Amino acid sequence: MTTSPALANMSLQMRAWNIRRKALLMGQVQGQGYIGQALGVADVLAVSYFHALNLRPDNPEWEGRDRFLLSIGHYAIALYAALMEAGVLPEEEIATYGTDDSRLPMSGMASYTPGMEMSGGSLGQGLGIAVGMALAMKRKENTACVYNLMSDGELGEGSTWEAAMSATQWRLDNLICIVDFNNQQADGPSRAALAVGAETPKWEAFGWHAQEVNGNDIDALVAAFDVARRLTQPKPRIIICNTRMCKGVDFLEAREITHFVRVETDEWDKALAKLDDERPA
Amino acid sequence: MTRASAARKYEPRTAPTSRAATSAMIASLAAEGYDAVSAPFGHALVELAMANQDVVGMTADLAKYTDMHIFARAMPDRFYQMGMAEQLLFAAAAGMAKEGLIPFATTYAVFATRRAYDFIFQAIAEEHLGVKIACALPGLTSGYGPSHQAFEDLAMLRGLPDIVLIDPCDATDIKGMVPAMAAHHGPVYARLLRGKVPNVLTRHKPDYRFELGRAQMIREGNDVLVISTGIMTMRALDAADVLARDRISVAVLHVPTIKPLDVDVIRSEAARGRLCVVAENHSVNGGLGEAVAKELMLAGVHTPFRMIGLPDEFLEAGALPTLHDMYGISTKGVAEQIRGWL
Repeated sequence: MTTSPALANMSLQMRAWNIRRKALLMGQVQGQGYIGQALGVADVLAVSYFHALNLRPDNPEWEGRDRFLLSIGHYAIALYAALMEAGVLPEEEIATYGTDDSRLPMSGMASYTPGMEMSGGSLGQGLGIAVGMALAMKRKENTACVYNLMSDGELGEGSTWEAAMSATQWRLDNLICIVDFNNQQADGPSRAALAVGAETPKWEAFGWHAQEVNGNDIDALVAAFDVARRLTQPKPRIIICNTRMCKGVDFLEAREITHFVRVETDEWDKALAKLDDERPA
Repeated sequence: MTRASAARKYEPRTAPTSRAATSAMIASLAAEGYDAVSAPFGHALVELAMANQDVVGMTADLAKYTDMHIFARAMPDRFYQMGMAEQLLFAAAAGMAKEGLIPFATTYAVFATRRAYDFIFQAIAEEHLGVKIACALPGLTSGYGPSHQAFEDLAMLRGLPDIVLIDPCDATDIKGMVPAMAAHHGPVYARLLRGKVPNVLTRHKPDYRFELGRAQMIREGNDVLVISTGIMTMRALDAADVLARDRISVAVLHVPTIKPLDVDVIRSEAARGRLCVVAENHSVNGGLGEAVAKELMLAGVHTPFRMIGLPDEFLEAGALPTLHDMYGISTKGVAEQIRGWL
């Protein structure tokens, strides 16, 4: 993406660290939030926004941009952090997170926030919307890509599989789906809820090019995104990213229930301090 | 409550001596005495698409049964067969609208509203996207039973902010509504009549033209005001002819746009002291009748008020003429109810 020369060489590790830090600061404003997901997906967002996506931060609606759909509305806190890091949103608005009249509501909506491409919140919708956008972009001979970030919980929604079949039917080689597979949904492990698993062969059987990577390993993510972007086969691509909830803040990582992690008032500063200890060189 | 059909489930039946002529699922609206037009929706969409490059057609395995096949044949590269997947149909339509296209998406009214409501709500309406939804088999226009009878679609959708709702009466309405749907910025849901569709309104009012959001007097009368929508305007006009023979003078106000409602015209016509009857091809819950009643109450218009519509129950299967008589939405049923209220 286009960035100022001073920032162009900042490492992806540093980007991910900055995203985590901004997300924690937003969580602290409200004393709550889907911080576990934000910390877990920060590396995926860093590679998406600072390696893969073609964007113009000063023009979030630029026709030639790669579209990035956040199907998981409750991950908004993570995307706001990435959009701030990318310069689409001003960092000063951290303090407005979730407050009245904020552009940063706790669930992501297209009408509130520059750079938020869809209104999520009802899970299982992003991939279908992505199919329509990818079809329309082909019709308009727009060569940009559509990315859809979804959660493993959304693999349980039937609409996800309607869209999966359609993307293959229409040979959508301009569609890249990213799954944040942290194996945590509202009531517990995703794998304990709906026979989620064997994702790579499942998506391959649906006609997709599928990769599974450690979603907290920046080098592995870069390699997977590069494969997905450069592939010439006329099929949609998916990257299943195995991530760890609360990654980067060890005492939160250790908590058993992490879908909506409880962070006590005094723990936000501790979490920030812990993150500061881990600051990349 | 036990349905009549369920109560008699174990009673063997014999073949009827005379068989109703109309099959369980009508290809066309039975309309005695009116000229019919073939597939007005499909032809209007082709005409619109010739003038507007952004128009595309989509369906979920029901092109043939929504007249979308006319468009698919004329413009194959602008037609998207999405398969039997209604959630995908409306999500993808939202995606297309985001990219500046004007997608017309068709299926049956039951499937759009019941199966894909959340997608119409969240992916389309919440983002104010210009998806144009056109749905066949509105109200009681199928004899297949409740699975195909969308008698509560408008009730569901009236609760959805920001969507325009249209219930056309005939081929003239359909021909007029297609370009109006495209011209409106935002989501639109239209009920669809397919196959051979009668031309009703211009026979009663030669200069009639569909206008989005506008209610129009089709027939003047002094004793009764029928406020009607969809095919019930045809029933009301035919019933008015029947009642005229008994010197009962019936006015018919046609309301093809259910949302936004033409409140001013409805209020001023209802305030003229006639018996006010709302007629709709929809459940008496949550449709035009309740919408009109609310507006009249709010405006302080106190007038004798009656409703003709489908009862609050799961409807029976059978031949449509039989069912329309059974539920009082045939011409005869409308005329008899009005006569009884006078």
